[in-house]
Amino acid sequence: MGVRTLIPEEEHILGGNRACPGCGAVIALRTVTKALGSDFIVVIPASCATIISGKFPATPYNFPVLNMPFETAGAAASGVVAALEVMEKDDITVVSWAGDGGTADIGLQALSGAAERGTNFIYICYDNEAYMNTGNQRSSATPFGALTTTTPTGKVEIKKDLPGIMAAHNIPYIATACSAFPEDLFQKVKKAKTIKGTRYIHVLSPCPTGWRVDSSLSIAVGRKAVSTGMWILYELESGQLKLTGKSKYLIDPAKREPIEEYLKLQGRFAHISDEEIELLQKIREAKWSKILSCTE
Amino acid sequence: MATANTSSKKKKGNKYVIPINVPTEGEAGETGTWRSQRPVLTPEKCIGCFNCWLFCSEVAIKKTNPIEIDLTYCKGCGICATECPVKAIKMVREEDEEKEEE
Amino acid sequence: MPSEGYKNGERRGRGKGGRVMSQEIIATGNSAAALAAKMAKVQVISAYPITPQTSIVETLSEWIERNAYPIKARYVRVESEHSALAVVTAASATGVRTFTATSSHGLALMHEVLHWVGGSRLPIVMAVVNRALGPPWNIWADHTDSLSQRNTGWIQFYADNNQEVFDTVIQAYHVCEDPEVLLPAMICLDAFILSHTVMPLSVPSQEAIDAFLPPYKPEHAYLDPNRPAVLYPMVFPESDLGYPGYMDFQYARQRAMEIARRRIDEVDKEFEKHFGRSHGGMIQPYKCEDAKTLILTMGTLASESAVVVDNLREQGYKVGNVKVRVFRPFPNEELRNIAKNKQTLLIIDRNISFGNEGALFTEVKGALYNLRQRPEIFGFVAGLGGRDVTQIQIEKLVKNAVIATEKGETQENFEWVGLR
Repeated sequence: MGVRTLIPEEEHILGGNRACPGCGAVIALRTVTKALGSDFIVVIPASCATIISGKFPATPYNFPVLNMPFETAGAAASGVVAALEVMEKDDITVVSWAGDGGTADIGLQALSGAAERGTNFIYICYDNEAYMNTGNQRSSATPFGALTTTTPTGKVEIKKDLPGIMAAHNIPYIATACSAFPEDLFQKVKKAKTIKGTRYIHVLSPCPTGWRVDSSLSIAVGRKAVSTGMWILYELESGQLKLTGKSKYLIDPAKREPIEEYLKLQGRFAHISDEEIELLQKIREAKWSKILSCTE
Repeated sequence: MATANTSSKKKKGNKYVIPINVPTEGEAGETGTWRSQRPVLTPEKCIGCFNCWLFCSEVAIKKTNPIEIDLTYCKGCGICATECPVKAIKMVREEDEEKEEE
Repeated sequence: MPSEGYKNGERRGRGKGGRVMSQEIIATGNSAAALAAKMAKVQVISAYPITPQTSIVETLSEWIERNAYPIKARYVRVESEHSALAVVTAASATGVRTFTATSSHGLALMHEVLHWVGGSRLPIVMAVVNRALGPPWNIWADHTDSLSQRNTGWIQFYADNNQEVFDTVIQAYHVCEDPEVLLPAMICLDAFILSHTVMPLSVPSQEAIDAFLPPYKPEHAYLDPNRPAVLYPMVFPESDLGYPGYMDFQYARQRAMEIARRRIDEVDKEFEKHFGRSHGGMIQPYKCEDAKTLILTMGTLASESAVVVDNLREQGYKVGNVKVRVFRPFPNEELRNIAKNKQTLLIIDRNISFGNEGALFTEVKGALYNLRQRPEIFGFVAGLGGRDVTQIQIEKLVKNAVIATEKGETQENFEWVGLR
C-alpha cells in the first residue's frame, strides 16, 4: 500500500450525479475517463449512462457526449470517427460507452459491423448483467441462475461470451476488466489508446440495485467475482492472450475461492439450488479451460 | 462556444435549437439528501492509501493526507468504509449522527 | 416543370440566359442524385444497398475509393440501413455535411432513426427511391414508403425528372443548413421511372455550385473536446428554471418547418438566378390560371398529367396540373390559393393509408376545408407497386370528374384506378 500515483487526480465526472449509490458503472467510467485524459468524445446509447448524463440543462460529464438510439453505439462511433477523419482531427479518441443490453443484444449487429470494418475506436461495455435502466430485465449477459424481473425463477441460459465474439472479429485488442480493479482497468484503457483499429473492453460493473447487494459491498462483490474465478481478467492482443491482475494467480483451480462466496453476497442468487451451483461450477471450469487453451 | 443555452428566450418558442447539457456539479441536486447513513472519519487512523478516493463516485473524498470527506453530494453508499483497510471510516446512521450533534 | 410548357421532348429548364458554365450529359435519376451529393461536397456517406437505390451508393463509393472526389470524404460500408442512418447522424452531429440514400424496406428499417434525426435538427439529405413495401415483394414505383414517414419531421421533396433530382439535392442542403431551419430532407424519386431512366442533365460547374452552396458550419450540433457538453439528453415534460421542456423543443421543430416553407421558395428562386431554371418551390402549377379543373399529383405522375393537360386543352377542356413538389411542410397556403376558384380537383395518389385514403387526398382536403367556396374533390389511388398509370386513364378520370361535377353527382369521390 502506498500513495496511489498511477491514477491522475483530474476528475471528469462531477459529484452530485444521478447514479445509484454504489453504482459500479459510474466508478468504472471515472477510471476510464481518467485514463483517456483529454481529447476524447464518448458515444452513449440508451442505457443507465444516458440518464446519468443528466436532466436538461445539466450534466455531470465534463467531456463531449453524443447520445444516440439504443442499438446504434457501434454505428454512431463509426460516424464520429469518419467525420473526425475528414475534419483532420483524428487524434481525438472516440469511445462508445454502452451497457450489456446495447452491446450483447440490441446493439450487437452495429458493434459487429463496426468491428468488421476495423473502425478506429474503443468500445467499452459496462456490464451490469441485465437491462438495469429499465428495471432489471434479463439480457444475454445475465449469468446463469440469476433472478431478474423477466427471469423470476432464475435465468436458464448461460452468459453470452461477448469478448469471445469480439475475438472472432480479429480485432487488435480485447480486454476484460472490473470496477473493483481500477488500476487494471486504467492500464488497459491507456494501452487501448495507443492501438489503432477496433478495441473492445468489457468491464464487469456491479449494480447494487439490480444484484440486490448492499451498496457498501459494490466493490467487494466485484472483487469476489474475480477471486472466485467467475470473472476472468485478461487481455487479448493480436491473438496473444494474457491473464492480468488477480486472475493471473487463479490458473490452479484450487486457488479459486468457492463460488458460494460470490453468490451469497447477492440477493439475485438468493434462491439458487445446489444443482444450479454445481452447474455454475461447471460453467466456471469451462470458461477457464477455454481461456487457458488460448494462453501459451 | 456557441450553445443556444446562453441566449435569451423569445416570447414565442425558445432559442434552444437542441437540448445540450452543460457540465454542472450537483446535476441531480443535493444528492447528500439521499443518504440514510454517512461516513465518519477517524483522521489519525488514515494511512493515505486513497482506496476511498479511488472508489467514490461523487468526488466526496479529497486526496489529502489524511483524507477529507465533503458530505454535500455523498450518497452514503458505504464503499469508502468497506474498502478502507484500517477501518478509519465508519458508517453512522443519519438519525444517530443528528442525535450526536444535538 | 417550367411555366412555358413541356412538349415534344423539348428539354425543360434551360431557362433564360443561364450564365453558368455547364456540361450537358445524360444520366439516370440515381446518377443525378449521386453527382449532386458529390458536387455538394458531402464528406461522410453511409448507405446500405437496396434495389433500386443501389447504383447511387455504388457510384459514390467508386468516386471516393478512387479519389475522384473533390474533397476529403469517407464512405462507411454498414451492415444495415438502421446503422447507415446512425453513422450519418453521428457524423453530422460531429459537424460535417452528410448524405445517404435508401428505398422502401430500408427506409422502413430506418424509421426509429428518422425520428431521431428530425429531433436532432441535423441537416441530413437523403435520396429516397420510392419503391413499394412488401409483402408481396415488389421493387417498382410506389410512394407509400416515404409517405409512411411523413410524421418524422423530415422535409419531403418529390421529383418528377432527373434534372430536378440533381437540382433539389443541391437546393436541399441550402434550405436545411439555414440556421433558422436545421431540418433533414428527403428527395424522393420514383423507382425505375426516374432512378433507372436516362434523361438529359445539365450539370453546372463545381465553381458555380460552390458559389450557390456555402460550406456547412454548424453552431448548434458539433462534437469538440473544447466544448464538453452532452448532446440530446433527457428532457422532462417540464424543465427547471424556466428552460424549455420536451414540448417546447417539438414546437421549435414545427416553427422550423414553417420557416422552411418560405426558404424552399426563396432558395428555388435563388437557384433560378444562378442556374436559369426553377422547379416551382413548394408546388409547380402548369396552365392553372384559367383552368376550371386541376389535377394534383406527386412525382412522375405530374409529368404524365402535364401531357394530359395539353391533350385535354386541345379538346376544349380548361384543365391544369399542379405538381405537389413538397409534401412536408405541406403546402396548405399554396394549395388554397390555387384551388380557391376552381370547380374540380382530381388528386391521384400513388400510395395508400390503409383504412382511409391516399395521403395527398386526405391532406389536400384538410388544407381546403375552411375555404368558403370549395371545389369538388375526387381522389384516386393508382400505380401502386409500379402499375402503369397512362395518359388515357387520367384523361378518362378528368372527363368523368368534370361530368360528375356538372351533374352534381359527387358522392362517390374516392376510387382505386386500374384494378384487375
